Amino acid sequence: MARTVAAFKVDHFQFLGQDGKLLDEQHVPAVARDFERLTDIYRLMTLTRAFDKKAIALQRTGKLGTYASSLGHEAAHVSIGAAMHEEDCLAPMYREYGAQFYRGVKMSEVLLYWGGDERGNDFSSPRHDFAWCVPIATQCLHAAGAAMAYKLKNEPRVAVSIVGDGGSSKGDFLEAINAASAWKLPLVLVIVNNQWAISVPRSKQNTASTLAQKGIAGGLPSIQVDGNDLIACLWAMEKAVSAARAGKGAFVIEMLTYRLSDHTTADDARRYRPQEEVDQAWEKEPLKRLRSYLIDQGAWDDDREQELIAECSQFVQQAADEYIDMVQNNPQPVTAMFDYMYKELPHDLVEQRAHAEQFPEDGGHH
Amino acid sequence: MAKITLIEGVTLALARAMEEDSAVVVLGEDVGINGGVFRATAGLQQRFGDERVIDTPLAEVMIAGMSVGMAAQGLKPVAEAQFCGFTMPMIDHLMCHAGRMRNRTRGRLSCPMVLRFPTGGGIHAPEHHSESPEALFAHMPGIRVVMPSSPSRAYGLLLAAIRDPDPVIYMEPKRIYRWQREEVADDGEELPLDVCFTLRDGTDVTLVTWGAMVKETLQAADQLEEKGISAEVIDVATLSPIDMDTIIESVERTGRCVIVQEAPKHCGVAGEIAANLADAGIWSLQAPVKRVCGYDTVMPLYRNEMKYMPSVSRILHAVNQVLEVS
Repeated sequence: MARTVAAFKVDHFQFLGQDGKLLDEQHVPAVARDFERLTDIYRLMTLTRAFDKKAIALQRTGKLGTYASSLGHEAAHVSIGAAMHEEDCLAPMYREYGAQFYRGVKMSEVLLYWGGDERGNDFSSPRHDFAWCVPIATQCLHAAGAAMAYKLKNEPRVAVSIVGDGGSSKGDFLEAINAASAWKLPLVLVIVNNQWAISVPRSKQNTASTLAQKGIAGGLPSIQVDGNDLIACLWAMEKAVSAARAGKGAFVIEMLTYRLSDHTTADDARRYRPQEEVDQAWEKEPLKRLRSYLIDQGAWDDDREQELIAECSQFVQQAADEYIDMVQNNPQPVTAMFDYMYKELPHDLVEQRAHAEQFPEDGGHH
Repeated sequence: MAKITLIEGVTLALARAMEEDSAVVVLGEDVGINGGVFRATAGLQQRFGDERVIDTPLAEVMIAGMSVGMAAQGLKPVAEAQFCGFTMPMIDHLMCHAGRMRNRTRGRLSCPMVLRFPTGGGIHAPEHHSESPEALFAHMPGIRVVMPSSPSRAYGLLLAAIRDPDPVIYMEPKRIYRWQREEVADDGEELPLDVCFTLRDGTDVTLVTWGAMVKETLQAADQLEEKGISAEVIDVATLSPIDMDTIIESVERTGRCVIVQEAPKHCGVAGEIAANLADAGIWSLQAPVKRVCGYDTVMPLYRNEMKYMPSVSRILHAVNQVLEVS
């Protein structure tokens, strides 16, 4: 005879409909009425999109290396940054600019990194956040380690890491869930499920009905939200971050969104993805949705929108100028590749550094 | 002063480091109440508590990845991998993150972690427990690789590794965990990283080795002495970076060099030393440099493991070859 020894459900949260109307006026989180905050966030989402467009333009004109676009992820990304405290720690993957801008990373720093200059990772703030992380899902364990450090040092800080739908298939992600559960770590793991891991669709990662349930399998409270609904994303993130800070352990949030762009500028999604699917996804995109809501609520209007667009365009141009000026007029010397390998340079590298210095003009930027 | 074994030197250094710096935490599989499968962490959890001596879930990737995160956020994790074969899943975090953290962020973050684990064969262990993967780690930029070969060096080098501001792989030659006892003062004095230790002075040939092979190499030197041949024995100790100055200075005096390593020959640390000798010591050499190594095969199961590893007779054979060249 069998008896049920464990049962679970995964709740999906959405407050804003595709048309920007509240799904249920009676049941909305307080943040839905904080229009000052929402307009600030909307501004940053718009800036992030303008930045994205600029970065792609720089790449297409040979001024930037391969770049991973964040188009369509703005609600998910900015909500992550907005829910965190300054002393919390972000361990991102490589396209969560909205989260980083909210936390103080400069647009010119993002450009420097994708422009092939490590100084882009030397964030002016926050100094303790992890840099972009290319080996998929490894950042989840760095965040778990950070959370462990805060817990052992009795610091009321939270570590947040972001992984994609593809990354949720990796052991690192599952081992982070397991560790966070075993040690009740102040950790929030966000799966930004944008439906595509380069050319492999979500349906081919596995047949689980949600990715959030992987957190439940490891013993963590886990939910799914509409990742294009800023209100749902922010509400979920704040709930998870404050629970983690209060010592209640870790949390998994799956944000359902859509990668409206190619994987990176080196990819051409037309080879594997039907245009109709992308067109449909545009109907659900997060900026328009939040803008409609704010306009409906009298918190936004066309004049402010035009002003914002002009302002964003000016900011991203400034960032691009700063970046270009830095790489053209203040490039890293050849010795820079040695100088940060160790706190003190070991003897073998002292020798190689001196050798490299003899050929300062070799191998210039191509 | 107590006479202790190599593994007791490890335990003593861990306790000392934990005592002097509250940021030092030990983590790994069975390191807590069990004190580690070889007893390296014996008594530490009782003394420092289970928040600083942490039994982890059975997940090597997690041990490595969380150590990177802990190190970047102000702790000094000293992680244990239970056996050398189980470090393979950790390589992603070592190669891609630990060795790159400082460089990647232009010094904003760093990764002062230690990963220690027993290495090498000769204890009749099951498969995957007996390999010598030091060259894999020595090839990683940004990471030091250290292997002690005596109780005092185990103590002094582990203290230095833990205090070092950058990541260190600390490989423990388990075949000689309990080979020798030595008086070691628990005075907190570290030994220098990045330098060789000359264990025996000689004039006719330089024998270069590290880890458990120090045992056979010293035995070979004894037998050579009986025949009137004076062999200098150098323990490399830090395998990345290698202190070539000490080795070259010795070869300048002896003119002959044999390098002994337990690991497979191809692309090994012995080859790196030989290449450096060809580069910077060739005019002192009176004979070709010989390497005595493990074979480029899978490490045999234990019935044949000692046939795989360099023996005293294989070392003597190579020495005779270099001495025959006049």
